[in-house]
Amino acid sequence: MREREPKILAFLCNWCSYAGADLAGVSRIQYPPNVRVIRVPCSSRVNPLFILKALQQGIDGVLVAGCHPGDCHYISGNYIARRKFAIIKNFLEYIGIEEDRVQFAWVSAAEGARFAQVIKEVTEKVKRLGPIKKLVKTRGI
Amino acid sequence: MPEVERKIREEAKNLLVNKKVDFVIGFEEGTLPLRVSPVFIYKGDDTEKLIWNSFCENNLAVYLPEIGDKKVAVVAKGCDTRSIVALIVEGQIKREQIVVIGIPYQGMIDRRRIEKEVEGEILEVKEKNDEILIKGDVFEKVFKKEDYLYSSCKTCKHRNPVISDILIGEEIEERTQVDEYAEVNEYEKKSVDERWDYFNKEVNKCIRCYACRQACPMCYCEECFVDNSYPRWIGKGLDSSDLAVWHIIRAYHQAGRCVDCGSCERACPMEINLRFLTKKINKEVKNYFNFETGLDSATSPPLATFNVEDRQDFIDSGE
Repeated sequence: MREREPKILAFLCNWCSYAGADLAGVSRIQYPPNVRVIRVPCSSRVNPLFILKALQQGIDGVLVAGCHPGDCHYISGNYIARRKFAIIKNFLEYIGIEEDRVQFAWVSAAEGARFAQVIKEVTEKVKRLGPIKKLVKTRGI
Repeated sequence: MPEVERKIREEAKNLLVNKKVDFVIGFEEGTLPLRVSPVFIYKGDDTEKLIWNSFCENNLAVYLPEIGDKKVAVVAKGCDTRSIVALIVEGQIKREQIVVIGIPYQGMIDRRRIEKEVEGEILEVKEKNDEILIKGDVFEKVFKKEDYLYSSCKTCKHRNPVISDILIGEEIEERTQVDEYAEVNEYEKKSVDERWDYFNKEVNKCIRCYACRQACPMCYCEECFVDNSYPRWIGKGLDSSDLAVWHIIRAYHQAGRCVDCGSCERACPMEINLRFLTKKINKEVKNYFNFETGLDSATSPPLATFNVEDRQDFIDSGE
């Protein structure tokens, strides 16, 4: 039987990481097709609730990517996001969600090759963990 | 503590008679032994109802966001005053509206542990110095207060009121030796699956009564994410996945806001270990942002601000 391919959800900020993904695309750089992209205005738009909701619905791994510190289109959005993510990432590990289920990265609009690399690494890490079992909602939505 | 009680009544009466405040929030005798209940006193003559003992466990700051433009006096322990500061910082109340009747640490008694150790119905409770005398229909038992303190009181590091307009009793020396995060540190050493099993076991006790939320001064949102029906963030039933999400986000929303008064845990009818969640959040807030809630009203909440130099070792920055 073929290995089950993990599903990965990526929240990409409109100004940097999404453009980085676009650059990877137009540059025809190959990266694993496991990732589904949701474009958000800014990494700080990502409420930790979004991440949990994704895991609840059976997504195997979540990536949140935004502009490098100092490059935020809204000046300080990613700094604010960084604080939120520090707490939620630590907390999820604490209650027993595997560390690599939720990952964060900074990817700029010029980093097409790096975007592909990040996706490759994230996919590998999530593959190693296997399908998500914790937190998944089995009945209803 | 008859002396403290007498002083609370006296000060409350003064405030009401001189029209310094519209009402006083304090504690009155509960309907059951080992229980007290919060009370709102509007008339000077009613101040005789006010009491003070080792069962005054509620955080009365919970009522403050709803006082409107009234002027209010509130009886507050060390932790409660920190909640008041946190509410001021978040713009929920104005300092001028509140007269804080601060009471330094005394330590509150875990009534459930006492209830579990006696058989039959408790009919009468007497407090004497550092002992609690419990009388029932067929038994009489003496408990040493120190052995029955709430865990949050045992590891309390800020025992004196942070702000107070009227201080009742003497300020005491703060403890520096207690390790308030011992339980969290111990838990972190377990394997990831052990941690999940324990967390899952705890949250599965939940009956979604939201008593933890109602008891918390910081849970003042007009509409909680859990009550939202559009979008409906999480299901309303007892699905264990929904229970987990509720408890994760409840704790997360306390980041930089929880003073570890323990009110949520005391309010929980299912006796879920809620403090092991919020305590971890507090620990990380201290770790990452060097912030402790409610110590001064000039510092903004950590998640409402940032520092360019914040740690980002958990983010793939490409370096």
